[in-house]
Amino acid sequence: MDKVTRLASEKGVVLFSKSSCCMCYAVKILFQELGVTPMVHELDQDPEGWEMEKALMRLGCNGPVPAIFIGGKLVGSTNEVMSLHLSRGLMPMLKPYQTLC
Amino acid sequence: MDFPSTQFVPSRTMGTYEPIHQIGMWGENFKSIGNANISASVIVDVANKLENESETTSHEMLTPSSKHDQEASKPFDKVQRRLAQNREAARKSRLRKKAYVQQLENSRLKLIQLEQELEHARQQGPYVGGGLEAGLLGISRAVNSGIAAFEMKYERWMEEQNKNMCELRSALNAQISDIELRILVESGMSHYFELFRLKSIVAKADVFYVMSGTWKTSAERFFSWIGGFRPSELLKVLVPQIDPLTDQQIFEVCNLKQSCQQAEDALSQGMEKLQETVSATLASGQMGQGTYVPQVAMAMEKLEALVCFVNQADHLRQETLQQMSYILTTRQSARGLLALGEYTQRLQALSTLWANRPREPA
Repeated sequence: MDKVTRLASEKGVVLFSKSSCCMCYAVKILFQELGVTPMVHELDQDPEGWEMEKALMRLGCNGPVPAIFIGGKLVGSTNEVMSLHLSRGLMPMLKPYQTLC
Repeated sequence: MDFPSTQFVPSRTMGTYEPIHQIGMWGENFKSIGNANISASVIVDVANKLENESETTSHEMLTPSSKHDQEASKPFDKVQRRLAQNREAARKSRLRKKAYVQQLENSRLKLIQLEQELEHARQQGPYVGGGLEAGLLGISRAVNSGIAAFEMKYERWMEEQNKNMCELRSALNAQISDIELRILVESGMSHYFELFRLKSIVAKADVFYVMSGTWKTSAERFFSWIGGFRPSELLKVLVPQIDPLTDQQIFEVCNLKQSCQQAEDALSQGMEKLQETVSATLASGQMGQGTYVPQVAMAMEKLEALVCFVNQADHLRQETLQQMSYILTTRQSARGLLALGEYTQRLQALSTLWANRPREPA
């Protein structure tokens, strides 16, 4: 879906979420701890949210939220982000987008 | 109420016990007197009379008949004493049987009572709507069988785990090749992954069961984090056991520990958010009227997320073990697995000791 791909490329780190989703909240916290502020799109607050959900599922996201895009490319959901982080693969991907605090 | 197996064998058919066992036992007793002259029919006769007798010992029952006089070889007193002992044993048997049947009757009454209460509650309760009510008993059956299946599998898992530990221990003490050791290490790790898989199945049936760690010992539960061990804690326990580490390894283990802690923090905070959300949902609307169907239904939806958290926590455990096996050598991994297994055994021993500690008299 165009909207999803377009939004995913708008910023370095993009997170598709739902305001009621606690796992999405956990991923937001993780990014915060890593010094990154993702662009968050809450699907339950978007009029086209349902189509976006379907698009994310078609792309392979199980949740379908949380769905994480880094540098415009789909990383995956919580599972993939956690695996990446533990294998020390996440930080290098996030480095260009870390906000100085 | 305990039933010493030597005297009383409660049969599966309610309330009866097997006279044959009794006869066999008494037959043994008679034999021990060294008397070969008492026929089997006499023994059966005696046994039947004892069984049908009331509790009060009747001394006139076993009057020495002409058949018993045949034992001229043994002193009469000894036989009498032995018969009296048998009567006493039979009497105690009957008392125990009575108590057991009484207990069964009480349980049966309790069960009928509970069934009636349940029926009453279902008719009276606020759960209108077929889905919840109709599914009520069905769901609990599925939950119970899911839990029963898991507990059985976990018992087998523990047996296999202990076997793996023994193999690993002897392999490390012997000088087996790295390749053979690698196989044992891989098998040990796969065994943990198998546990995570089993947990994910039972989590779908009853996530609260997994969260409470019911199948584990009390000390293990004390250290529980989202249904299992905390990965960063695990690293703290393991690392001193696998010294010496190269500088590169120390660096990588440090990084892994930091990543674990960050991931754990994120999940913990997500769990707190979940608690807040469920609590807020349950507490919404006016209370005191006794109607709460919408609130409970909404809270149910939110609770689905708990399954995700349990799965993510196990995923974190699995990834931690996996990453450690990449950082360490085969021999170090073997020592690490052994240390982890033994740490768990120590926790289990702690639980047992604590439960059996001498207490101050009340």
